[in-house]
Amino acid sequence: MTEPIISFKNFSFQYESQSEKTLDNINLDIFPGEKVMIAGASGSGKSTLGRCLNGLIPQAYPGKISGKCVINGKELVESSVFDLSFDVGTVLQDPDSQFVGLTVIEDIAFSLENDQLSQAKMREVTRKWSKKLNLEKLIHRSPQELSGGQKQRVAMAGVLIDESKILLFDEPLASLDPASGAASIELIDQLAHKQNLTVIIIEHRIEEVLKGGIDRLVIMRDGKIVANDTPQRILQQSLLEKLGLREPLYLSALKRAGVNLAACQNIDQVSQITESQMSRKLTAWNDHTQLSRKVKKRSTLLDLNELSFAYEDASPIIKDLSLEIKKGEIISLVGRNGAGKSTLSNLITGFLSPSGGSIKFKGQDLLKMSVKERAQHIGYILQDPNQMISKTMIYDEVASGLRLRGLLEDKIKERVEKILRVCGLYEMRHWPVSALSFGQKKRVTIAAILVLKPEMLILDEPTAGQDLKHYTEIMTFIEKIQWENDLTIILITHDMHLMLEYTQRTVVLNQGKILLDAEPAAVLTDDETIKKAYLVRTSLFDLAERYKLPSATDFVAKFIQTEREGRV
Amino acid sequence: MNSHFLIGYNDKDTFLHRLSGSTKLIGFIAFSIIGMITYDTRFLLGILTFSLILFKLSKISITEVSFVIKIIIAFAALNLLMVYVFAPGYGMTIYGTQHMLWRSPENYFNLSWEELFYIFNLFLKYTFAVPLALIFLMTTNPSEFAASLNKIGIPYKTSYAVEIALRYIPNVQRDYRTISLAQQARGYEISKKAKFWPRIIGNAQILLPLIFTSLDRIEVVSQAMELRRFGQGKRRTWYMEKQFGKADYSSLIVIFLIVLAGVALFNVNGGRFWNPFKH
Repeated sequence: MTEPIISFKNFSFQYESQSEKTLDNINLDIFPGEKVMIAGASGSGKSTLGRCLNGLIPQAYPGKISGKCVINGKELVESSVFDLSFDVGTVLQDPDSQFVGLTVIEDIAFSLENDQLSQAKMREVTRKWSKKLNLEKLIHRSPQELSGGQKQRVAMAGVLIDESKILLFDEPLASLDPASGAASIELIDQLAHKQNLTVIIIEHRIEEVLKGGIDRLVIMRDGKIVANDTPQRILQQSLLEKLGLREPLYLSALKRAGVNLAACQNIDQVSQITESQMSRKLTAWNDHTQLSRKVKKRSTLLDLNELSFAYEDASPIIKDLSLEIKKGEIISLVGRNGAGKSTLSNLITGFLSPSGGSIKFKGQDLLKMSVKERAQHIGYILQDPNQMISKTMIYDEVASGLRLRGLLEDKIKERVEKILRVCGLYEMRHWPVSALSFGQKKRVTIAAILVLKPEMLILDEPTAGQDLKHYTEIMTFIEKIQWENDLTIILITHDMHLMLEYTQRTVVLNQGKILLDAEPAAVLTDDETIKKAYLVRTSLFDLAERYKLPSATDFVAKFIQTEREGRV
Repeated sequence: MNSHFLIGYNDKDTFLHRLSGSTKLIGFIAFSIIGMITYDTRFLLGILTFSLILFKLSKISITEVSFVIKIIIAFAALNLLMVYVFAPGYGMTIYGTQHMLWRSPENYFNLSWEELFYIFNLFLKYTFAVPLALIFLMTTNPSEFAASLNKIGIPYKTSYAVEIALRYIPNVQRDYRTISLAQQARGYEISKKAKFWPRIIGNAQILLPLIFTSLDRIEVVSQAMELRRFGQGKRRTWYMEKQFGKADYSSLIVIFLIVLAGVALFNVNGGRFWNPFKH
């Protein structure tokens, strides 16, 4: 039997600043050439485990270690980050923040420079790797200018160049659009085979990673390993759902249809999954479930008419775009990076002025209002709450919009306290913002906008990087305030789960135009749109197609409808 | 999309673009030092002409740098005015003669040829270095900056800090924009419509989130660098470093000769000042 390349024995770790162990008695062996996924909710210890693999623990994050951890023959406690960097290559979560070079080629060569290689040698090695990762045409560009998928490839080249045998990915999908994410997973798979690598992927988006095929799934909770098995066996037991993680969508659908997962073969691939009763059960469920088509009469809230926008001397970013948004709708705005999503929201909020066309809000001309005036009608919430919060205390943060509008302090108090109650922050009103979790900060930023009583909210990636629990928490909250205040909401997102589960209408942007404006289920089953907008089709669609259900779109819609009914 | 408020590298093919960044940096520093020390008007006029010729050779268009030049002119003018206001008689003290243009030396505010001449020398000092600095900044590939600094003896960690700062300017600009827009939507006026104080306060509101965002970035990037062995060795090599060529060596000789001429003039003049008033 081969020796494990990574071995944890009764390993525990406690950060210096924490009172409890973050990793608790870990026993894990990973063998050469294996592809292992480590999943778990935020705070489960999966990132900490990753930091042990590359030596950031204990060097950059000191703490108490007990037990044994051996990586490619090196004892963790006796090795520095530098020593381990020859064995383990790490690709961090956000490639944007780990680029150090001004151009792609310099970034790829970075570790070679530190190894003091000669320029000639560096040129030779970087040429080889930029070819392997198909970056040859990009080497003199700035890494920031690249698309998400290209960035990921640059980051990978910069690490693979060390020829280390172990590759560690820390949430590689978090900052990518769906299509680039799928491409990355495929690339990782190819490289692993070609270079004979051991790959460890830390992710909570399990379905996407499974698609690339992995050998083992390790699930962590509260610092312990709670499952460590082949994906097949874990999925058959429905362990993901039991542990509060997101199950692949097609499995949830099969369960709804009454298919016994334990009896399924090839359960980790939607294109190959089989079970003797599956076809019959799916067809029966599909026939039996009726779509309720409740059409509510709604008044128009926002009316964009032939809107255009271009920077000076450049091709237009928004071209003759017309869109009508009804009161009370929840809309998802999707499209690849650069499709014009943020430009469109900036035009609505007034950060940019259109070069042509009109924007009307309840019949009023929005273009005549200042940014500040528009903010009273339409609130805009950034992806990163840290970029929005400018006060140190929660109460002050929520009150600041009203104070700037010159309201009297007792009037402000009344409104702020009311909003804080709505948002479940009332008890914490005298807390400093820094004591809050990401989700709570998000709620503070929403509260600070809601206090201005807008009728419409634009949220940019409200759930990016959140695990299922926090995702559900944030979205339940948004649904609740939407319902209570009859808000109209636009969600800008890459997350197709979010779009399917929580929005009624999807607007797909491509090159400054609306490519498709339809129900989410229709968008994610339309191959042409999916391709152009860098989306990925939902696994439900594959299921419907394989079992020849009459309408894939209806099947997806029916599933989403039953899920929603289950939630209410 | 790149904003033009910063001057930056412009890829052209001239003699100066082909020179190694280290040579240009050495030239800039050497000329600046000798030029700051000497008050020999002939020498200053000489290097001013020299640097203007180089500027012409570098094919930098005036429009690219007009903004920076305007700022420098404004500051230089203000500075020269202040030099006069604080010590109108200083020129006479230095040169030891009194050739009056306006009022007598007993008045606090007076004007002499000596003072004018002194201020003219200062003016030359301020101006000759500007084309040289612009040449260094605009004909040196930023990727080569760090390598150049390292080559003239600055530790590589410090040199790399310069490169990282350059690398992060666009990120910080983007963060600033995003945060500023979000704050404006809340009601902070930082546009030109707002009065001075509300505008300052509005801008200060951006600072706190900007600092926190930047600190997060620093932590991530320093880890990313460590994971790729930055700081392991005593030295590092540079992918973008330009090797010294013939042109570099001859330029260094020219630089050396000019500096030598400057030093020689100290002897001829018997000090830092060239005094045309004494006969």
